[in-house]
Amino acid sequence: MAAAVELEGVNVTFGDFVAVKEANLTIEPGEFFSFLGPSGCGKTTLLRTISGFIEPTRGQVRIGGADMKGIGPNKRPTALIFQNLALFPMMTVAENIGYGLRVRGVPRHERDEKVKNLLIQVALAEHGHKKVSELSGGQKQRVAIARALAVEPSVLLLDEPLSALDLKLRQHMRSELRAIQKRVGITFIYITHDQGEALTMSDRIAVMNAGVIEQVGDGRAVYAEPRTPFVAAFVGENNQIRGRITARDGAMATLETPLGTLAGRNPVALDVGQEALLFVRPEVMQLRANGTTAGFEGETLDVAYEGSVTHVTLRVRTGQKVIASLGASALAALPTPGETLRIGFRPEDALLLARPERH
Amino acid sequence: MSGSLAFVFGLPLAVVVFFFALAAYERRTGVAVGGGFFQRNGLAIGLYLVLAVGFWAFFIILLPQLAMVDMSFRPKLPPSQMGGPKDLYTLENYRYFLFGSTTSTAEWNWLHIKAFFLTIGVSIVITLINFAICYPLAFHMAQSATAARLRVLLLLLILPYWVNEILRAFAFRVLLSSGGIINQMLMGSGLTNEPIDFLGADVGLYMGLSYAYLLMMIFPLYNAIESLDKNQVEAARDLGAPWWHIHAFIVLPHAKPGIASGCTLVFMLTAGALAAPLVLGGPRTLWFTPIVYDRFYQAFNWPQGAAYAFILLVSCIIFVLVVLKAFRLSLGEITR
Repeated sequence: MAAAVELEGVNVTFGDFVAVKEANLTIEPGEFFSFLGPSGCGKTTLLRTISGFIEPTRGQVRIGGADMKGIGPNKRPTALIFQNLALFPMMTVAENIGYGLRVRGVPRHERDEKVKNLLIQVALAEHGHKKVSELSGGQKQRVAIARALAVEPSVLLLDEPLSALDLKLRQHMRSELRAIQKRVGITFIYITHDQGEALTMSDRIAVMNAGVIEQVGDGRAVYAEPRTPFVAAFVGENNQIRGRITARDGAMATLETPLGTLAGRNPVALDVGQEALLFVRPEVMQLRANGTTAGFEGETLDVAYEGSVTHVTLRVRTGQKVIASLGASALAALPTPGETLRIGFRPEDALLLARPERH
Repeated sequence: MSGSLAFVFGLPLAVVVFFFALAAYERRTGVAVGGGFFQRNGLAIGLYLVLAVGFWAFFIILLPQLAMVDMSFRPKLPPSQMGGPKDLYTLENYRYFLFGSTTSTAEWNWLHIKAFFLTIGVSIVITLINFAICYPLAFHMAQSATAARLRVLLLLLILPYWVNEILRAFAFRVLLSSGGIINQMLMGSGLTNEPIDFLGADVGLYMGLSYAYLLMMIFPLYNAIESLDKNQVEAARDLGAPWWHIHAFIVLPHAKPGIASGCTLVFMLTAGALAAPLVLGGPRTLWFTPIVYDRFYQAFNWPQGAAYAFILLVSCIIFVLVVLKAFRLSLGEITR
């Protein structure tokens, strides 16, 4: 079975601006695939390239194994759900859903039948005759999904469709989208800047920055095994400590930092003498007994108590802020602002990555 | 003479200065606060706005029209008998339009009736031509042109209208006459031996009329299409719609109020146009507005002229209202 979507050396430039640089990617049929990145990273451009609104400057987009060069968005087996949904306000809900079928010349009774089924699928059976403006945010969302599914696309593209909803509805729609995807079994390509959305819904995630796909992997991989400093910093909270590698020991390495000699895993095989960044997640930080030499000291700036964990923001010797999320069992009493704490971490919980030159 | 000049310019100026001073006084004393119309604008400005708009609506718009309507129902009389015993309300001016006589109803006044329907019919055609010309342009300007391109297009659209209507009409006449550039080129290239009588065939009239009110069509269309979310066009395209389907079922329904307001303006103005028909009308074409003009200035029959003008006005209004109704639009919508 051919891959759902393949990108091969895709570049998109607007004048001098490189929006997407050398994107190479294979998305499998039936996969829920997310592009995650900050705004302006090129993820929407890439989505529009897949849907056919933008032709790549260089490279090839293949859908279901077929080259899409010169094939317009109205001829591609994709359907796009817009950020603002772009429902047609002068049509009813049922007419909206049936629009794609109408332009394909599907006979009326067949169309009505299909629209009815779709309305049931998205739990809007009673709302077919209504104007779009009479629906709530979540209902509009479901109309947009039904309208896109009506044309039976092999790939559904979603451009941050949840960003306009309130938090509660957004969380509900996450599981609903996932359920719809499992039910219809087609490929979903989802664009978001919200790592929570990407991590909870996706089979795989491509993290993008400045037009470049930095890493592709499942949620655990991009969170626990980031391969670039950007991914480490963007996906979840992370503390960064700068230093220079002084020794290597198998999969581990030691580095000299302004906070003392620290160690971490060395997955990208940095050599002695190289500039490095040590990434330590707040949740792997541990309290150390005062007066020992392990770890480093910091002055407590802020304490955020959340019940099961307490987020403590510390200012360390370099003036940098370090966040430690400490479990309830680790703290006998809440630290007070101004108090000096000593914290550290197990080297196997920390990760070394090369420091980018432009830093 | 200088007294009336002083009145015409002095009175409004005095009114403006008075209210300006009153407004300044109220602002200083802090009277102008609150939520209602007068609270918001202050008594002075509020009063000024109400009075100015009321004055405008009554004296400038309503009163002259009422005077014309009144006049159209009166017989033609020498000034000495006006208001005298013979000055009674009558339908003779309207009768003249239909039957060519103030008394007899034996024969239809085909000359004028034909001119009337020709005017209405051609105005409809001109409106449609204008729409056909302007829609693609307005769509391009509203949906796909870059900001720089839009500026250039707007300038190109507006600049030609610095040339006044009479000059434009005569320029068309020169261009299309039997010895004009177009005929010279046609004959020079051997396409035709005889000059083509463009003016006699009313080509000039239609060109002039179409051109004269182009802007009245393009701006309402542009405004309406501009407010359409680009994503809607893309969504329709993404769902497989060919371009004509997008225009017919997404863009046009959205732009309906703008289309109605543009078409109304162009139709009304074309039906009432005078310069282009006078200058560019062919010898065999009798347009309605020159007839009205002739009633006033050739026949010196002002009541009859008023009746003719009123017939045109009412017919146009009724026609427009019927068309709006047919397209399920209210008058309120076309002003959006």
